[in-house]
Amino acid sequence: MIQVADVHKRYGNTAVLNGVNLNVAEGEVVVIAGPSGAGKSTFLRTLNGLEPIQRGSIMVNGMSVHDRRTNLNLLRQHIGFVFQHFNLYPHLTAQQNVAIAPIHVLNVPKAEAETRAKDILAGLGLGDKICSYPTQLSGGQQQRVAIARALAINPNLILFDEPTSALDPEMIKEVLDAMRALAGKGMTMVVVSHEMGFAKEVCSRIAFMDKGVIIEEAPPAEFFANPKHPRTREFLSKIIY
Amino acid sequence: MIGGYATDWSVIGDYLGVLLYGVVLTLRLSVLSIAVAIIVGIFAGLCRISKNPVVAFLAASYVEFIRGIPLLVFLMFIYFGIGSFVNLQAKTAAVLGLGVFTGAFVAEMVRSGIEGIPRGQMEAARSSGMTYLQAMRLIILPQAFRRILPPLAGQFISLIKDSSLVSVISVYDLTLQTRNVIIATFRSFEIWTFTAVLYFVMTFTLSQAFRAFERRFKIEH
Repeated sequence: MIQVADVHKRYGNTAVLNGVNLNVAEGEVVVIAGPSGAGKSTFLRTLNGLEPIQRGSIMVNGMSVHDRRTNLNLLRQHIGFVFQHFNLYPHLTAQQNVAIAPIHVLNVPKAEAETRAKDILAGLGLGDKICSYPTQLSGGQQQRVAIARALAINPNLILFDEPTSALDPEMIKEVLDAMRALAGKGMTMVVVSHEMGFAKEVCSRIAFMDKGVIIEEAPPAEFFANPKHPRTREFLSKIIY
Repeated sequence: MIGGYATDWSVIGDYLGVLLYGVVLTLRLSVLSIAVAIIVGIFAGLCRISKNPVVAFLAASYVEFIRGIPLLVFLMFIYFGIGSFVNLQAKTAAVLGLGVFTGAFVAEMVRSGIEGIPRGQMEAARSSGMTYLQAMRLIILPQAFRRILPPLAGQFISLIKDSSLVSVISVYDLTLQTRNVIIATFRSFEIWTFTAVLYFVMTFTLSQAFRAFERRFKIEH
């Protein structure tokens, strides 16, 4: 589903990505871990074309993301994106947040889109919050609305950019539970996260990134028990999970 | 009687119809000019933040040029200047002049309003497959407008007051009607007082309407 080959990116003179390679198959949940500044979020944002790249190629759903001829809007109709800071639309209710892209991008009739938005929100335990505005919701609730919004376009892939980093500790679980449920349903997911517990339990593979390169890839059991790269060992020795 | 001038307020009743005709014309000009200002302002504001340097430069030039010249001169330029080449009715020139003039100020507000919306809003909208224009129309502009409503109200109140300048290009607005009534009656004090009150009623109503509008569309925080 995703094929990334030799991706390079720089901001001015600062190299951020230095030859990233990664393949993700349908139904896989891949967690991208690594120290801050390793380029994890930037890399994730190149996958749906939010960030341009200077070299290499990224294929998602058979479309070349950084080809000028690719219709990015069409590509993005199949990719959900969940942001660290939620980025919900503050002038719209939870239900409107979820329904707006189906109505205007996929041309779903308004009533149908709203019913579906209600169902998705109810499925995430937010059935009583459909008329709330984002600022009336807790961080955990906002992030679940954001997940509902990502789901509304019927994506076959969802990208998560540190979805729990901006949350109070007691709200992390509700968001991770929602993501776990999605993974259980076979959704393909790429997750940038420091939640090693989630990675250990849910993901099919961990990709460890350092200085703009993925230096180690392994299923979680192997990754935690037997890290190969010294940099990975050092990282794991410093974190609590 | 103060200072040898005996006031006579009955002239207001006698000429009420003429003055109200002026009010109606002032209101019509103002509403049309506000519509022009909004359209021109949004367009120029979007051009101001365009990535195309030529488009951005043209929009910036328009804003700077307008801000640097007096409205009176601009009205004269449109009616007499442009009017030398094309046949312009005085009222059309008035609406164009007021609208295009105010549009420059609206453009700056639109620009700053859009720039004040966090970048994540555009990213979220684009990530869901919206085009740039859809994201602007559905996500960014509705939020930007809530933010710029107060300064926008001030600008439109100024427009109503500034519309009195169109009397110099022989548009029969409230100010010109007032002067005509005074020529007929020599009742300067009474008529100008009444006219001032009429302008105040118009601007105050607009400012209250904007207040209600603001409350209605306030984003809960």
